Amino acid sequence: MEVAITVNGQAERHDVEPRTLLVHYLREECHRTGTKVGCDTSSCGACTVLLDGESVKSCTMLAVQADGATVTTIEGLAPGDELHPVQQAFQDHHALQCGFCTAGMVMAAVSLLEEIPEPTERDVRLGLEGNLCRCTGYHNIVAAVLAAGAKR
Amino acid sequence: MIPAPFDYVRAGSADEVVGALAEHGDEAKILAGGMSLLPLMKLRLATPSVLVDAARIPELSYLRDDGDHVAIGALTRHRDLETSDLLGAECGVLRAVAAQVGDNQVRHRGTLGGSVAHGDPASDLPAALLALDATFVVQGPGGERTVSAADFFLGFLETALAPDELLTEVRVPKTGSSGFSYQKFNRRAQDWATVGAVAVRNGSTRVALVNMGSTPVRARGVEDALASGASIADAAAHAADGTEPPSDLNASPEFRGHLARVLVGRALTEAQA
Repeated sequence: MEVAITVNGQAERHDVEPRTLLVHYLREECHRTGTKVGCDTSSCGACTVLLDGESVKSCTMLAVQADGATVTTIEGLAPGDELHPVQQAFQDHHALQCGFCTAGMVMAAVSLLEEIPEPTERDVRLGLEGNLCRCTGYHNIVAAVLAAGAKR
Repeated sequence: MIPAPFDYVRAGSADEVVGALAEHGDEAKILAGGMSLLPLMKLRLATPSVLVDAARIPELSYLRDDGDHVAIGALTRHRDLETSDLLGAECGVLRAVAAQVGDNQVRHRGTLGGSVAHGDPASDLPAALLALDATFVVQGPGGERTVSAADFFLGFLETALAPDELLTEVRVPKTGSSGFSYQKFNRRAQDWATVGAVAVRNGSTRVALVNMGSTPVRARGVEDALASGASIADAAAHAADGTEPPSDLNASPEFRGHLARVLVGRALTEAQA
């Protein structure tokens, strides 16, 4: 089945099997490998992307479900050479260790800040409950999201 | 993990969903948000040969004030429930429970109807709807019928929905913006409830339990004790009466019974405040 999805502002059109997961579509058809497959069971959030501006887990969604939608991955977040404010805050606060969860964390944080522009620490911790950091480096991640919120 | 192959049918209306189900029989499954079905399909625990995508029917996504109740379209997402002012004012308990389903990403995709039709006793919303004595509107080849929540959940992942029927609407009574509580115990923030307890005060107090049997269950022993004037502590002691809680990696039946008594006590205390 042919699906047409706007990925990071670029119109993509590919013929896929209906069972193709969105994360595999993004990585293997669109060659956007910034989005990671982590647990593959909808638990860890490493595969989080924005679907029409809202965070979703792309391992638990079919590409055909995103047909006609707009998807933003970590590669599409920064408008040009400058980092997106949430990416910058992650760098400033050293909010990553091994980095595997980072793309998903950043995308989940961007969606959270759209919904709660100036979150409390509790808002951030609850808002990122769908994202696991296997290094357990949550402290700096929360600090980075709070800082990005305060700068808005 | 990739689901087994299936044919994909995109329905544009409730009639088209029912038509596709009539054509493909029980080989077909309805796809809404996919938050329960897709994980099962990836694990190959569910292998439908036809997937009927009902998620592109905007007419089935709404929250509407309907006099003595709030009518909610089956495709209304958890996110829409947890941010609804109408629901907050008229049925605050459902809004509060919706806000505790899964995580943000799940609530952006998951739908009320999908959660109900899946019939998982570990899900939050079915127990809340049981406590509320909600009514479900179901569309099939012969037209529309209504089923009460008490008659809907029949067994583990088993509901009163026939293979050729589509859940279209959930009706919840107006219980107001306060006088309720949802207590959920889980090991990790985003996990399903090991046990959950919903209490709603609306005249009498009604209590329902998550993950204390093969379906969501009413805590009748607690309700009866309260009705006959028992204290919260005495009533909560009956929380596990008559239940057959499951045993799994998270908890033994005995521990679940203990959790039910503690959580019901907390829920009754908060609902009273």
